[in-house]
Amino acid sequence: MAAYDADSSAGGDLAYDPNFVPDSVKTFVVHLYRQIREKNVYEIHQMYEGSFNRLTDRMFRESPWPTAEAVEPYVDGDHVFCLLYREMWFRHVYARLTPTPKQRVESWDNYCNLFGVVLHGVVNMQLPNQWLWDMVDEFVYQFQSYCQYRAKLKNKTEEELQLLRNFDQAWNVYGVLNYLQALVEKSNIIQILEREKEGLEQFTVDNGYDYQGGSNVLKMLGYYSMIGLLRVHCLLGDYRTGLKCMAPIDLSQQGVYTNVIGSHISTIYHYGFANLMLRRYGDAIREFNKMLLYILKYKQYHQKSPQYDQILKKNEQMYALLAVCLSLCPQQKLVDENVSTQLKEKYNDKMTKMQRYDDEASTVYDELFSYGCPKFITPSAPVLDEPLMNYNQEAYRLQLKMFLFEVKQQQLLAGIRSFLKIYSTITVTKLAQFMDVDEATLRTILMTYKHKMHSTDNDGKIVSNADIDFYVDDDTVHVVEAKPTKRFGDYFLRQILKFEEMISELEKVQLD
Amino acid sequence: MAKEAQQQVSYTVEELVAVNPYNPDILADLENYVNEQVSSQKYSLDANLCLLRLYQCEPERMSPPIVARILIKALMAMPAQDFSLCLFLIPEQVQSEEQFKTLIVLSHYLETARFRLFWDEVAKNRSLLESVPGFQQAIEAYAVHVLSLTYQKVPRAVLAEAINKEGLALDQFLEYHVANSGWAIEKSQGHSQLIVLPPNEFNHPELKKNASDSVSYEHVTRIFPVLS
Repeated sequence: MAAYDADSSAGGDLAYDPNFVPDSVKTFVVHLYRQIREKNVYEIHQMYEGSFNRLTDRMFRESPWPTAEAVEPYVDGDHVFCLLYREMWFRHVYARLTPTPKQRVESWDNYCNLFGVVLHGVVNMQLPNQWLWDMVDEFVYQFQSYCQYRAKLKNKTEEELQLLRNFDQAWNVYGVLNYLQALVEKSNIIQILEREKEGLEQFTVDNGYDYQGGSNVLKMLGYYSMIGLLRVHCLLGDYRTGLKCMAPIDLSQQGVYTNVIGSHISTIYHYGFANLMLRRYGDAIREFNKMLLYILKYKQYHQKSPQYDQILKKNEQMYALLAVCLSLCPQQKLVDENVSTQLKEKYNDKMTKMQRYDDEASTVYDELFSYGCPKFITPSAPVLDEPLMNYNQEAYRLQLKMFLFEVKQQQLLAGIRSFLKIYSTITVTKLAQFMDVDEATLRTILMTYKHKMHSTDNDGKIVSNADIDFYVDDDTVHVVEAKPTKRFGDYFLRQILKFEEMISELEKVQLD
Repeated sequence: MAKEAQQQVSYTVEELVAVNPYNPDILADLENYVNEQVSSQKYSLDANLCLLRLYQCEPERMSPPIVARILIKALMAMPAQDFSLCLFLIPEQVQSEEQFKTLIVLSHYLETARFRLFWDEVAKNRSLLESVPGFQQAIEAYAVHVLSLTYQKVPRAVLAEAINKEGLALDQFLEYHVANSGWAIEKSQGHSQLIVLPPNEFNHPELKKNASDSVSYEHVTRIFPVLS
């Protein structure tokens, strides 16, 4: 790997010497290296989350850390440690500085080397899940960032264009997808999750860690790659395949994905968004609701975390998407009270507007969708001859256009809904009069309502999302209010387990 | 023998899509598979999405006739949302080509249950749609599905418009479904026919099972240690 070129540093800090290793960094890497060798996961986590960020704040706010080459002698030249260090190095550049085009390509190379080593099965460390999640998350993020970067061709220098020509394999979409897929496969994670259902594995109970002296790295990278694949497919607009990649993980339960808050939020956000685009509004609302409630309760514990800003941003995005879902498919009982209060505070006006289904409504849908959606990408390689244009918005514009088209198709349904709320029976003729359309048109509107409010799940089964339903007998419409579903079964199961826990705690108490 | 060989190919393609989907080398296989789906009236959304993704990554290799066939097959899969799922992967400039604009209009009419407009537009585009066998029947099945969600009893005229049949053809259609699908025919007050559709949970709400209250086996196993 080429040494970091101080002159072309984006920080412009000519005082930065990439080979100078301050004492505190020396201590840090020596200590971290030892902890990794001794597999002290707790210690590693403290250093990774705590020390690294404290040192960054103190000494590397505007310049990169010393290079891996400079640090190598203090860690016995350990190849894998250097790959890990370099990954953190690039992540820091992306977070605090702006990566140069060359650095983007070099980071890709590093990921290829790092994943290559892991896929060969020769890594026998135990690393904190937070670290492993961050790796996958950052990998996808840098891919997304690169696609955005190379789609902005207009103001590129000749040097930049040449780099794009020479390194056309860097961050190519097949490579990214194939690495994620390879990690999923090589780790056998899908089989592990299957066997766990039959009680043959302790994966979730052990939180992915290996207590028999082995390594959790490949397994956990495989696990997190499933979420990575969901994310990449959402960025490409392929929602169905994205959801399929996540199928092995049971989202109705706690799982390893909930233990690192970043992975929890990323999973639910993308899952919810994919369901929104698939018109499965009920599923999207349910999951967004759970996640938002969780964040409401627990965000205070993450205030000091470097991810706090990200958590807040995703929180806001999910409120916007929830507002959209509820406007398209009003539901009374799916949203928790506390979440509902927050939602009303942020979006009450806008939701009223959206449920009116006129041109102004369209503007609001546009605004909220654009705020809440992921940063879609165009996966194809740029065409590098004149005239050079920016096409980084194309993917987003397509998804937005399709979404607004769907909204428009549902435009007339709001009128129907307001009448269905008032009447228990009404003739087709009368209803048509009220809505100021002819009978034939009204019949098509009734059928459209039925079609749009019922979605098809993955097995082809039709599921109703409607809160207000009806059926037609010749020329009379009979309205039916959907009964709120009380989940007694789940409730009792939870209480049984809770009481068992309490009883066993009490039994442990010894009275003198 | 030839049929077995054909089955061999499609098995391999499905396997490819499951095992190695992010691979530009399978593009030709996937294109052949689309044609096979058309000629033998099969359908695979996953394989077609895989192909559309490959086209997305390498737009120079995109074949408009294949994309058109994929979209028509997706239309035939309604009420499933396959058509939109495919469109999410097709760039705007491609979507604005004439044949795709037509297909988008057709999808719009079906999504909003405007059957008369739909069949009128189909009549204007016979050459495009007749190349895919089974199109007519698939749309008829969708129309019947939407009617079954909505109506307990549907007037003959509404059914006729939805499936684009009149007179003798309509009578034959009704006869078939009365004999095989549990339909019945009544006389309405205006002396015209009323078709009674079989009851399901959507047009007969009392039939709706409170499915969410049933507990899955996996969840019950959680308390086995407690019960023992």
